[in-house]
Amino acid sequence: MDPIAFITDPMAYGFMQRGLIAALLVGVVCAVMGTFVVLKGLAFIGDAVSHAAFPGLVIAYIIGAPLYIGGAIAAVVTALAIGVVSRRGRLRFDTSVGVLFAGTFAFGVMLFSTIKNYVTDLLGYLLGNVLGIGVGDLVQVAVLGAIVLVIVLAIRKELLFATFDPAGAAASGLPVAGLEYLLLALLGVTIVVSIQAVGIIMVVAMLVTPAATAQLVVVRFGQMMALAAALAALSAVIGLYLSFYLNLASGASIVLVETLWFGIALVLGPRTGLLSRARPAASGA
Amino acid sequence: MTAVASGEVVATRDQSAAPAVVVNGVSASYGRRVALDDVSLTVRKGSLLAVIGPNGAGKSTLLKLIAGLIRPTSGSLSVLGGPPGSAAKSVAYLPQAEAVDWEFPVTVGEVVMMGRYARLGFGRQPGPTDRERVAAALETVGMAEAVQRQIGALSGGQRRRVFLARAIAAEPELYLLDEPVTGVDARTQEELMDVLEAEARAGKTVIATTHDLICAAQRFHEAAFLNGRLVAQGPAELVMNQELLSETYGGHVLVLPGDGGRLVLDDAHHHDESASGERHFHDERR
Repeated sequence: MDPIAFITDPMAYGFMQRGLIAALLVGVVCAVMGTFVVLKGLAFIGDAVSHAAFPGLVIAYIIGAPLYIGGAIAAVVTALAIGVVSRRGRLRFDTSVGVLFAGTFAFGVMLFSTIKNYVTDLLGYLLGNVLGIGVGDLVQVAVLGAIVLVIVLAIRKELLFATFDPAGAAASGLPVAGLEYLLLALLGVTIVVSIQAVGIIMVVAMLVTPAATAQLVVVRFGQMMALAAALAALSAVIGLYLSFYLNLASGASIVLVETLWFGIALVLGPRTGLLSRARPAASGA
Repeated sequence: MTAVASGEVVATRDQSAAPAVVVNGVSASYGRRVALDDVSLTVRKGSLLAVIGPNGAGKSTLLKLIAGLIRPTSGSLSVLGGPPGSAAKSVAYLPQAEAVDWEFPVTVGEVVMMGRYARLGFGRQPGPTDRERVAAALETVGMAEAVQRQIGALSGGQRRRVFLARAIAAEPELYLLDEPVTGVDARTQEELMDVLEAEARAGKTVIATTHDLICAAQRFHEAAFLNGRLVAQGPAELVMNQELLSETYGGHVLVLPGDGGRLVLDDAHHHDESASGERHFHDERR
């Protein structure tokens, strides 16, 4: 096959064009937010928030409201609730999140089971289908994704300080608690934007995997964010083409390509790579 | 800042100057555990104060209260003339080494630049002045060569130097340092103390917790003895006072007579219950 046709042929289809744009947007936004998720250890929270969006989606479906709005409200409320629990709770943090996580998802499943007719589009949110995204959804993804990116990039130095050394940042006058809640709210928005592309169950991979891969390779915060975004974009393209030619699930393909990069970085990465560990450490203590 | 014209009053040694920190009957607790009980102390501007005491004595809690990171359950504080946190841009807080994630992807230069963020304000990126301050601060602590290195690739002593550089880059009036010389070698300790001494001479106030009693006695101006409550506050020489040490550490430290005194741990020596009550010693030489 002609290599140029190999690249251009799928783009003759509108669903592939929309799917590629959506996958690129979602991948990059998730990777940028994921940098903070990885450095703050919020992976489990990301997973919990994406599951908590499910009852929001179901309720929106039942009352005939836009699904995104329902999911976004549920996700942001849960993210902020987790923030409150983490600051005031007496239980271990992962215990509280685990309770919230399972409880909200069960509530969604229960509501789902009350719907009489078979609802494919709601089930689609569990595993995602980026190739099924419509023009209206794509505009929503683009607008919300752009808002998240602009806010994060505008205050990235404050977020960096508050993430690296919360006490030092607070002592210097930064509103660390406010920044944390803002980050959690943005995380909720990011997750809802991403659910249609990769589904509730795999959103956490989009958040964590590119950023974790980048952390294995580079030593600067800005580089980590840029590399994570680049890997996510590359994975979105490769994953969608694999999905097109091999007839694989699109969300799973993207996530698996991201996971492949992680595996490569784990083995070959300069910082923690298994190969570099065999040599004497160059950095010294 | 060491060149002062003759006849000019050095404000920092002026007893009438407003104190940098006033702690007034402050108590603090975590849940039900009381960390500090009715502590009162005053720290003059230009003072170099060592906060000493055993683990769990409330040393870090005292610093966090002054930094405005936690609120007292009772009592009040005045920091640089206002409530804690009101002059945050003029306060540099150095956390304990264990509180920092050393795997974090930041370079030495980026960490020190964080000291400039509060002055820069939201959304504004560092300019030439900020880069000059960062370079000068790294020069001061002898870490200029390491500016591009990842923070986790440094030794424990180098990490403390970098964090002190971050504090210096913030150009603060008040340094709050949680164990700045713990786990560093003797030379690093001497050099870091030289830097703090110079800052105090320039009129900055330094409050540092430490477990190193020799360092507290020899390199600081003043010492505060904490043991949940304030046992005593006075000139740093008091660190060699056997009675105060017994009261602070529950009798596990002995001062041996000799050249400047020597401190040894003694687990057989027990706490003297009769020695109680808070005392203030005033250094009349200043």
